[in-house]
Amino acid sequence: MELIGIFKYLYEQLVATGIPQVWVDLISLVASAVIIFGVLALIALFLVWWERKLSADFQQRMGPMLTGWHGLIQTVADAIKLIQKEDITPTKADRPVFFWAPIICFVAAFAVYVTVPFGEGLIVSDLNIGILYIVAITTFTVISLLMAGWGSNNKYALLGGMRSAAQVVSYEVPMIVAILSVIVFVGSLSMVDIVESQALIYQWYIFRMPFGPIAFVIFIIAATAETNRTPFDLPEAEQELVAGFNIEYSGMKFAMFFLAEFINMFTVSAIGATLFLGGWQGPFLPSWVWFLVKTFGLVFVFMWFRWTYPRLRVDQLMEFSWKFLLPLAFANLILAGWMKYSGWFNW
Amino acid sequence: MGIIKKVPVYAEKFPGGGIITTSLNYIFSQSQASSLWYLLFGTACCAIELMATGASRYDFDRFGMIFRASPRQSDLIIAAGTITKKMAPRLKLLHDQMAEPRYVIAMGGCTVGGGPFYYDSYAVEKGIDHIVPVDVYIPGCPPRPESLFEGCLKLQEKVKLQKIQDWS
Repeated sequence: MELIGIFKYLYEQLVATGIPQVWVDLISLVASAVIIFGVLALIALFLVWWERKLSADFQQRMGPMLTGWHGLIQTVADAIKLIQKEDITPTKADRPVFFWAPIICFVAAFAVYVTVPFGEGLIVSDLNIGILYIVAITTFTVISLLMAGWGSNNKYALLGGMRSAAQVVSYEVPMIVAILSVIVFVGSLSMVDIVESQALIYQWYIFRMPFGPIAFVIFIIAATAETNRTPFDLPEAEQELVAGFNIEYSGMKFAMFFLAEFINMFTVSAIGATLFLGGWQGPFLPSWVWFLVKTFGLVFVFMWFRWTYPRLRVDQLMEFSWKFLLPLAFANLILAGWMKYSGWFNW
Repeated sequence: MGIIKKVPVYAEKFPGGGIITTSLNYIFSQSQASSLWYLLFGTACCAIELMATGASRYDFDRFGMIFRASPRQSDLIIAAGTITKKMAPRLKLLHDQMAEPRYVIAMGGCTVGGGPFYYDSYAVEKGIDHIVPVDVYIPGCPPRPESLFEGCLKLQEKVKLQKIQDWS
């Protein structure tokens, strides 16, 4: 059941054909890129459907019912429809910026998955700066949102882009500090090391009393803001900003923003599962199943937030980050460092 | 668009090439019909019925219809409510801003032909087909959600009849 065996077998077959090692590595890299792209595109399509069904459940509706079994291919229909739509560029838009914004957003969303461990050994490249790489790449999303807001030459788009830049930058700080408190304990930035340090259930960082749960809660709150989801979805507030930064985008460019948003949600869930919930570790089932179970559990939590809480005001949002979350995260980091140093809790 | 439109031209020269065209037609028109995103555009009391149709008891989402606030991303204007002469240019503007292919449903008596404001009103446009092309008319004052569903299903039938060859 372990998928890594299949990949290893294919790799050995490729080596056995006798082509140079450089080409073997290149082919395997391209193949893993294609596999990850396909899997993530499927996951994003599934997540859109799941969100619509969950929202329907929360509101006592049915959700999509008529396209496929319980609307299962509804998102496929949406995607095919969006391909057919006219591709509009406003006359007064900043053309290159307007064109590149969705592409940067889309690529940044996928580039994260170089260092996400999907299972035992199922990782494209185990960089020794894995989590730093992920945090750095996710920041590209802000640039693309700003580009979309500026390039559209629309006041609502600009407001949405500015808001989302301010929000993502200010919530990134507590999130990174919460991640740091875990890294202090592991002593490594590599994603594989982080997962391997939590082999048993009481070693998961969410159960490391008392700093683990606090770091986890800070991480979840900051990640919700990071992915621009309710209760922090101010960049897309329909009542004030029509549709936010993507207001002028139609057709496939809009679909790229939309899919990237859902992939980002999956990304932060995967990071949360890896850092706090033990990643692929778990009994009986194959490792990649455990990873997917934990990640989809966190995705469900994010969707639960979205359909339960109302939206915050801008000043509340900023105050909550800078005046409450950040001091708490720093205090938590000091606590984690002290626990590591004193050696009392290193089970 | 250009490439896809060329597909029937080349494919139908081969024996059995018509299968490609028909299946492409089927997939494209079906997917278009089953995800008609409508614009948030309510001008009067019909909008209340439109909201009721979107909400829990009647639930537009069953047909894959969700609202988008931006005209760039929506396929369909449900003109819900009286369109005054002052609102008419805005309706035209919103219709122009929508990306092709776009559809219009005239919901309620006012948009169909002036409704109760047909006589003795200097302010109301007597039917929105003076301004934008209308695909489906739904009479009623206001129409019940069931009638709105009927109209949307009729529009879906119309969308499903499209062919790639007819694309502009």
